[in-house]
Amino acid sequence: MVDKLNDDIGEEKRLRLWEMMLKLRLVEKKAYDLFLQNLIKGTSHLALGQEAIAGAFGVALKQGDYTFCTYRGHAHTLARGSSIEGVLGELMGRQCGLMKGKGGSMHLTDVDKGVMGSYAIIGAHLTIANGTALASKYNKTNEVSVCFFGDGTTNIGAFHEALNMAKIWNLPIVFVCENNLYMEYTPIHEVTAVEHPAADRAGAYDLDKIIVDGNDADEMLRTAEKVISKAREGKGPSLIEAKTYRHSGHSRADPGKYRPDEEVKDWMENKDPIKNYRAKLLDFNINEKIISEIEEKIKDQVEKATEISMASPIPEIKEIYTDVWANGGSEWHN
Amino acid sequence: MAQLTYRASVSLAIAQSMRKDQKVFFIGEDVGAAGGVFKATVGLLEEFGKERVMDAPISEQAILGAAMGAAMTGLRPIAEIMFSDFLAVCWDIVANQIAKTRYMSDGQINIPLVIRTANGGGSKFGAQHSQSLENWSMMIPGLKVVAPSCPSDVLGLMDSAVKDPDPVIFYEHKSLYAFKEEIEQTDISIPIGEANMLHEGKDITIIGLALMAQRAKEAALILKDKHDINAKVIDLRSLVPLDLQTIKKSVIETGHVLTVEENPRLCGWGAEISSLISEHCFKNLKGPVTRVTTPHVPLPSADILEDNTIPSVELIVNEVIKKLKGE
Repeated sequence: MVDKLNDDIGEEKRLRLWEMMLKLRLVEKKAYDLFLQNLIKGTSHLALGQEAIAGAFGVALKQGDYTFCTYRGHAHTLARGSSIEGVLGELMGRQCGLMKGKGGSMHLTDVDKGVMGSYAIIGAHLTIANGTALASKYNKTNEVSVCFFGDGTTNIGAFHEALNMAKIWNLPIVFVCENNLYMEYTPIHEVTAVEHPAADRAGAYDLDKIIVDGNDADEMLRTAEKVISKAREGKGPSLIEAKTYRHSGHSRADPGKYRPDEEVKDWMENKDPIKNYRAKLLDFNINEKIISEIEEKIKDQVEKATEISMASPIPEIKEIYTDVWANGGSEWHN
Repeated sequence: MAQLTYRASVSLAIAQSMRKDQKVFFIGEDVGAAGGVFKATVGLLEEFGKERVMDAPISEQAILGAAMGAAMTGLRPIAEIMFSDFLAVCWDIVANQIAKTRYMSDGQINIPLVIRTANGGGSKFGAQHSQSLENWSMMIPGLKVVAPSCPSDVLGLMDSAVKDPDPVIFYEHKSLYAFKEEIEQTDISIPIGEANMLHEGKDITIIGLALMAQRAKEAALILKDKHDINAKVIDLRSLVPLDLQTIKKSVIETGHVLTVEENPRLCGWGAEISSLISEHCFKNLKGPVTRVTTPHVPLPSADILEDNTIPSVELIVNEVIKKLKGE
C-alpha cells in the first residue's frame, strides 16, 4: 500500500507526470497508426513502454535546460513541451513539422524548448551534450544538460570519451541510459562484458552506480530530480541506468520476434509504466474522474494535432537548397 | 614591421580573436601548458588561463563534440586536432554532426566553430601523420575549408574563420610552420572565399593551395627567369567557398591550366577544379587541364621516397614546360 501521509511527490506533480506520460504514449500510438496508413514514410523508432523515463525528466527539468536524445526521440522531444503537430508533422514531412521536413523522425530538434537535437549515430550526442554543459559552466549559468541513450551506446568509444571528459571538467550533465535489454535485435548481455551496461562502467569514471526501475514513474522522477539538482549545484555529472522495455520492435521494420513471448507478455501486462501509474494514482485516492478527463484531453489533443498535420502543406522543393549555411543558402562557389 | 613565422602567426591569430571576443575559447590536446606539439599555441594559456585554454584528453570525439555543443549555444570554440590524420577518429562528429545539424534542424542551430589541424607532408612522419585531407572535408556539404599559405593569411583567415557563423576546418600546413614573412599589421581580416594572386603572368594559370601554392610561386619565378614563361599563380586559400570567378578570369586570359595539389590523385580537389573549368571555360582552353598531384599511394617515410611523392618545385616547372613547349 502507498504511504499517503508521507507522499513526497504530491497530487499536482503526479497528475502532470501522468498527463506527460499519457501524451507520449498516445502520440507514439498515433505515429504507428499513421505509418500503417503510409502517411509517415522512412523509419521510426517508437518508445512505447519507455515513457516513464522521458516523462519524469520532462517534469523535472526547467525551461532553459538542454536535452539530447537518440533517433528514438519522439517522446523525449514531446516531454520538453514541443507541440504534437510539430512532431507528427515532421514525421509526415509537412511544413508544420519542427524542421519542416528537413530532418525527419530521427532528428527532431526544437531549440526553443531546449531540445538540442535527436542523434542517429550511436554515441555522438554524449560528447555534444558535454558541450552545452561546458557552455553553462563557461558562462557561469545554471542550466543542466541531459543526454538520453540506449544500452547499446555503452559499447561505443564516444560513451567512454564523454564520461571521462564530463568528470574531469565537473560538467553539469546527466547521462541517462535507457536499458531496454536489447541492442537493436541482440540481447545486450550477450555483447557486453558487464551485467549492467552503464552502471557497471560508472566506477571507471569515478561516478556513482545508479540503477533505477525505469518503468516506475515515481522512482524515475525522484532519481531525475536528485541528479538534476546535483548538476545544477555544480556538483558534477551523473550516469543513471534505467531498466525498461520497448513494447514494439527496434524500428518500423522489426516485429521484435527475437524476444521470448513470455518476456514480452510479462513486461506488457505487469510492468507497463502507464497502466501501473494509473493504478497508483487511484491508490493515492486521486479522483478517477480527473484521471479520465486528462485521458480525454490528451486524446483530443492528439486527434486535433493529427488533423493539423494532415492539412499542413508539404515542403516546397526549393527548400532542398536552403539552410546549409547561416546565410540561408547552399552555394559553395561564387 | 616585424618578421613573423607561420607558427607564431597561429598563436597570435588565436590570441587576437580571444582578446576581441569573450565567447572564443580554445580546446585541444597539449595546447595549453605544452604550447602545442608544433609550438603553434605558445603563450595562450598564460594569457587567457585554464578556463579559456583547455588541455583535453586524447579523445578527439569528445573534443569536437564539446566544441560543437558549446557552439550550438553561441560560443565560438576553436578546437585543435593535432594532426589532420586524426580527423579519421572523429569524422562522425565532423561529417555527420557538425556539418549537417544546421540543415537538419531547418536552420534552428548555427555551429560557429573552427577546427584547426596540422595537415600535409614534408616531415617524414609516414603515412598516418602526413596526409593532405582537405579534399575529405571539401566533399561534405556544410563545412567551410580553409588552408592558408603564409603568415598574413593565417592571421586574416583565422580572424574570419572565428567570426564565421558556420563551421570552418582550418588546415595549417606542417611544412609551412617555419615560413617567415614581413608583416606590417597583424590585426587583419581576409574574407573566406577570395583567392590570392601570388604571381602574375599571361602564359599559364597554376592553381595551388597552402604549401603547393608556395611551391607554384617558386616555380613561376624559375619559369620566368630561366624559361621565359610567365605564369599566373592562384592561391585558392579556401576550397569551400571557392573563388570560381578568379579562376575563370585567369583561365580566360591564359588558356592553359595546371593544378598542383598534395592530395592523392583520386578525387583530389584538382579534379573538381578541372571539372569546373571544363564546364565554365571550355572554349577558352588551349589544351587539357593538367593535374599535378601526389600519386595514389599512402605517403612513404624515407627522405627520398617522401620527397619524390609530394609535388616539388622542379616537378611543377617541368610539367609547365612539357605542357607549353611539348618538351
